[in-house]
Amino acid sequence: MQKPARYIGCEDGARVPAHGDGIVSWLLTYPDTYEIGLPNQGLQILYEIINERPDGAAERAYSPWTDLEPLLRRERIPLFSVDSHRGADQFDIIAFNLSAELTYTNVLNCLDLAGVPIRSADRADDDLLVGVGGHCTYNPEPIADFVDFVVLGDGEEVVGEITALVREWKKAGKNSGTREGLLRELAKIVGVYVPSMYEVRYEDGALVEIAPRHADVPTTIEKRTIADLADWPYPKTQLVPMTEVVHDRLSVEVFRGCTRGCRFCQAGMITRPVRERPAEQVRTMISEGLQRTGYDEVALTSLSTADFSGIEKVVTDTVTDAGCDQVSVALPSLRVDAFTVGIAAQLQRARRTGLTFAPEAGTWRMRQVINKLIREEDLYGAVESAFSQGWRRMKLYFLTGLPTETDEDTLGIAEMARNCVALGKTHKSSASVTVSVGGFVPKPFTPFQWFGQNTVAELQRKIGLLRDDTRRAKGVQLKWHDPKATLIEGITSRGDRRLGPVIEYVWRNGGVFQEWSEHFDYDLWLEAMAANDCDVDWYVHRHRTEDEVLPWDHLSAGLHKDFLWQDWRDALDELGLEDCRWTPCYDCGACTGYGIEHRVASATPPAGGSQGTGVDLGSTRGVPVELVPRTEVGVS
Amino acid sequence: MRNDSVRLRICFDKHGKIRFTSHRDVARIWERTLRRARLPVAYSEGFSPRPRLSFGLALSTGHESNAEYLDVELDPSRLTVDIEELADELTAHLPVGMTVRELRMIDRTTPSLQQAVTSCTWQIDVADTDADTVTRAVAHALAADTLIVTRERKGKQVTDDLRPLVLGIDVIGPIEVEHRTDSGTVRLIAELGTQPRAVRVSELLAALDPPLEERRVQRLHQWIMNDEHGRRGDPLRAAVPLTPVVAT
Repeated sequence: MQKPARYIGCEDGARVPAHGDGIVSWLLTYPDTYEIGLPNQGLQILYEIINERPDGAAERAYSPWTDLEPLLRRERIPLFSVDSHRGADQFDIIAFNLSAELTYTNVLNCLDLAGVPIRSADRADDDLLVGVGGHCTYNPEPIADFVDFVVLGDGEEVVGEITALVREWKKAGKNSGTREGLLRELAKIVGVYVPSMYEVRYEDGALVEIAPRHADVPTTIEKRTIADLADWPYPKTQLVPMTEVVHDRLSVEVFRGCTRGCRFCQAGMITRPVRERPAEQVRTMISEGLQRTGYDEVALTSLSTADFSGIEKVVTDTVTDAGCDQVSVALPSLRVDAFTVGIAAQLQRARRTGLTFAPEAGTWRMRQVINKLIREEDLYGAVESAFSQGWRRMKLYFLTGLPTETDEDTLGIAEMARNCVALGKTHKSSASVTVSVGGFVPKPFTPFQWFGQNTVAELQRKIGLLRDDTRRAKGVQLKWHDPKATLIEGITSRGDRRLGPVIEYVWRNGGVFQEWSEHFDYDLWLEAMAANDCDVDWYVHRHRTEDEVLPWDHLSAGLHKDFLWQDWRDALDELGLEDCRWTPCYDCGACTGYGIEHRVASATPPAGGSQGTGVDLGSTRGVPVELVPRTEVGVS
Repeated sequence: MRNDSVRLRICFDKHGKIRFTSHRDVARIWERTLRRARLPVAYSEGFSPRPRLSFGLALSTGHESNAEYLDVELDPSRLTVDIEELADELTAHLPVGMTVRELRMIDRTTPSLQQAVTSCTWQIDVADTDADTVTRAVAHALAADTLIVTRERKGKQVTDDLRPLVLGIDVIGPIEVEHRTDSGTVRLIAELGTQPRAVRVSELLAALDPPLEERRVQRLHQWIMNDEHGRRGDPLRAAVPLTPVVAT
């Protein structure tokens, strides 16, 4: 068996909580390997919050790798927790973190290994309750048949409410016929969606309505949002694994939410508004965390981390506090400008890893469409600054298959890469740039949710263009995501409940670990679609119209649908939109609908204006505004 | 190597669930442990400074040990630790199942663990075989002049004679052990050489006739041969002692 340390637990920070009457036990499960799942911050936060409750107990499980699974089945050992090696069948709730659609078949496999019927409708009263949370739950319809409840948004508060409800049910004895009643009560908790309480209606093959079966169940399920990150300084004791994991370092979340407004980015849309953690709390979490864990690297996590108001001070303090120790700071999500590179240079004093930028698109026109308003001179300024400070290689992330994309836009990616290498060569002859290209998958609750995704053939053609164009470019290395995996992600990302049997078909035919290229089985997915009369073109490649009922219309991330539609129209008109953190509200709905606000320490936007464009977007007051690209090359 | 650094040699054990961690995992565990204990570890120079730690022979994933060793280079200008209490202090920062047994400041001229260790004593519990079969297989191997194994190295078949590196094997048992509920387990105590290469327990068992399968395996000792008379010591006692003691 490979890597047995995946299954031993023993992490610093792990708990072995008491179970029993009056205590609701959660098995928090990440449906992928331990190495991928352990660093997940959401799961670790809930693990601590539940274990702090006198009526809660939380342990963790991860998908057993394909070498362990047959042994478990042969020996009749259920899915187990790594904390106390307790069988999944001895918990009250199994809850999955869903961060990627291709893990859905692993969810079914974990349920099966846990000894629970995979369909919600087949479960008995004392069977495990099956819950899911995480970003994929903004369209849970493809897995609606398999889950009992879905949590939308921040989980910090709502896990307590669910625990209290299940505690009373457990106290009453989980009696025969009471599961339905419990689910109905769960459906009344704000942020909790119980798919079985909703009736789905189709006409002529199209979805026409998803409506509650009962009057006391809400018509629209609103997401949960914690108002102030300062109240939730979690994880307090981040788990330190005994074996290597993907992000083997301390992580401190510096803010949640993002209003840059990149139109392809689901995370930036569904996590609004921006809630910054106070700089002093960040500093404490870093210094105490480093001392407790013994890590020599801390990642400041958020979307677009350099937007944190106190970023410079936090960075300086971390390096200063560490004294003679060698501590590096990682900023996993970098903005593209020289200011950011300056911070990076300071932070990575100890160990200098590669630098990663995400211009996302190769031409200014394309970046206006997606509202990623980085000028060429911003990028080249950042690249020049990085090479001049000793970096020799960097990575650039791009998307292809974006709305309105022309071949000129696609080839702009290659041109950008060549220009970056040329800048690098003036400093170091070995300078190189890795270009990583992913196929674009439209996501729910984004302005691009109506866009018909590019076909596999079209994505392959575009990647081919880039390959031909960079083949002779010295120093440019091209990497791309498999367009076939992009297609399958597209099926599950915007699908409806009729995809449940498709996912089940793939799982029953051995399709697990679909995130892993060595296990991904494209043909099996297509076979499953055909076997269940689901048309790939209808689900993935078709443009949606404004009046179409979308499978997630009964769920709400706070965003007004007409705001998203207007933003979609603006995208097609190549109009940029400001970052509302520092400019007047354009009423997307995320703040106003929930009576909450941005919590940002600095009232002034970072250098370069609210979108880092150097253009004062705020002065016109009329949003959206058209941005005129400036032609001079700015190098700092 | 920095001229002014001092060296600390640590002997630790590894038992229980933590035995499933790899040699690389243990290296990372030690890096974190030394930082948590705020020991002033010396770092390498250059673009990517690394803490100066050097481990002895790798322990296979799944094997337990009473005798693992580690050398740590320390920066004497920042050294303020109490050597008497250091073992307990480090153990407090190690995961459950790992304990510092003993440690000592040693002279920088001491040869590295990799170079110096000449043999290891192993306790090997053998799976599902009766004592007579094991005794015969061991006696046969010890009576033979050679014990030939072939293995793949860099894509080529390489033939090795293990016999000169098998310094002794005793058969004990069947014995009662806590993790077996049936009739008992046959246990071997084997001393296996490590120069020019370390014999692995699994390859020794595979080379016996009939081949045996390991169950629980534990390294009991590492040895350094000091002189031509066959006197040996463990890596702490065989090391060149540091005089004067700098720790205060």
